[in-house]
Amino acid sequence: MIDRLDLELRTEQTALNLRAYRQELLASNIANADTPYFKAKDIDFKSAFENILAGRGAGGIGNVDLARTSPAHIAGQGTGLYEPQAKYRTEYQGAVDGNTVNIDVERSAFAENSIHMEAMLTFIKGSLKDMQTAIQGQ
Amino acid sequence: MFNVFNISGSALTAQSARLNAVASNLANADSVVGADGKPYRAKQVVFQATPMGNDGGNGVRVTQVVESAAPLRMTYDPASPAANSDGYVAMPNVNVVEEMVNMISASRAYQTNAEVMSATKSLMLKTLAIGQ
Repeated sequence: MIDRLDLELRTEQTALNLRAYRQELLASNIANADTPYFKAKDIDFKSAFENILAGRGAGGIGNVDLARTSPAHIAGQGTGLYEPQAKYRTEYQGAVDGNTVNIDVERSAFAENSIHMEAMLTFIKGSLKDMQTAIQGQ
Repeated sequence: MFNVFNISGSALTAQSARLNAVASNLANADSVVGADGKPYRAKQVVFQATPMGNDGGNGVRVTQVVESAAPLRMTYDPASPAANSDGYVAMPNVNVVEEMVNMISASRAYQTNAEVMSATKSLMLKTLAIGQ
């Protein structure tokens, strides 16, 4: 029964996690708006979401583990599912200091991401309410 | 998500260090003699991206404060006790216009990062209220 509830919310949970990750990336971009040589990163939400739901890394490749021929070898730490989804932004207008952050783009993306996250939260609340109604049967 | 606070917080610290340098430069734009007995030289902060958290987030930190290499401003003032044999006084190499622009840029960046923090905070509070 509980696993059903889990399954019901899995899509929402993944989307929310991905939104939170994107929020972090955008905060990094905004924080480094004046840092020389900093390259802005972002995710393409649609493809990243599909990849994560399917358990894949960015290029459709799963988590690759290091092949170990001896038990004494140190296990390689695979990256999480989220980090490989981040890609460098294409430069809009070059800067002399090698920075590729366009603050207007970042700010609007941040606002958009916040709204999407709030929408996600509303959906989750709604489906929890639905479930509650179904459980109570009133 | 908590990492956003570290990232934006580091940016606030860095930008306020920059604002500090600007204040120092503007205050000393006409200081003929600095703490070391020589004319004051403009100070500039150097930013560097620094990894924060374990999933690719980047904060920012001030790695060093460098003195501007621009030549000192030579003004003709033979009456000054600091004048050289030709009557010129070496004045600080602070470019006031540049510093004003720097100040506006730093305070805008500070503002933006503070906004990022408060937006994230309200989102997190809403997340806490799920199921209520």
